[in-house]
Amino acid sequence: MTKVKSLADLRKMKEELANKVQLREKSDHPDKIVQVKVSMATCGIASGAKEVMNHIIEELDRQAIDAVVTQTGCMGYCYAEPTIEVTLPSSNPVVFGYVDFKKANEIIAKYIIRGELVDGIIPVNYETVNDKKND
Amino acid sequence: MRDLSMHITDIVQNSVRAKAKLIQLTIEEKGEWLVFTFEDDGTGMDAETVKKVTDPFYTSRTTRKVGLGLPLFKQNAELTGGTLEIYSQLGEGTTVKADFGKDHIDRPPMGDLKSTVAMLITGNPEVDMVFTYRTKDDEFRLDSREVKEVLDGMDIRMPQVTSFLKEMIDENLKEIKADL
Repeated sequence: MTKVKSLADLRKMKEELANKVQLREKSDHPDKIVQVKVSMATCGIASGAKEVMNHIIEELDRQAIDAVVTQTGCMGYCYAEPTIEVTLPSSNPVVFGYVDFKKANEIIAKYIIRGELVDGIIPVNYETVNDKKND
Repeated sequence: MRDLSMHITDIVQNSVRAKAKLIQLTIEEKGEWLVFTFEDDGTGMDAETVKKVTDPFYTSRTTRKVGLGLPLFKQNAELTGGTLEIYSQLGEGTTVKADFGKDHIDRPPMGDLKSTVAMLITGNPEVDMVFTYRTKDDEFRLDSREVKEVLDGMDIRMPQVTSFLKEMIDENLKEIKADL
């Protein structure tokens, strides 16, 4: 019979996880972390953004890459969904369009790990949504 | 939208955009109904806007001219003999409630609920979320504030946290015998 986890077990597991990550965070400066934002509005979700986000999280976890993944709203590139925005430490954000699993793997392997640009960048004078609001 | 989990991601995103601090997502198995309730404390809407939001050609966005999230959700609920209701008060928040005919042939499958909830919590770190799944005689509740408390300052956006939450939600939903 498999033992079902109680809340106490869960708490313990989370603490172990927290310790592991905190150790790593201390050795690394917080703004050295790669940030990935997945556009997650109706257009993105309908094009599979949720699966892509899930895939990216699993890959980053599996490859132990220091990166954080968040959701964001529609970036206005509904034609190119799923779109993701990747911000490497101390560089400008880059938006990639038509990101399927294959593209996501390519972005992780080439852009996130090695910093090489890959095809599929949406070429704009890029501003974040917040910048636009401030104008 | 291929499944109900996608709708959940979509509708919750509305609350996030409405500057909600706390979003309460409840899924209930109520006899022949599957009831989804989204309750937020965001900016809310006036009565006139509430009337317009299920119109696909109404949106508060400026990046595009259509807003399909709520209309599609409503359509799918109605296809199963259910309804979608919206209650909102300007400055107070919004509640969206949708009933789906649980065993209706046209009810979309639940989809990947565990990943959806885990990614909503870790993907929107500035918003807190209470997820409740209620069956006839049991319930599972996950409060992101408790998760954050346990993490004690650790970044909730780390992929490891998402993976962990995913497993935790999955096991607990199985434990309460959620009919997914």
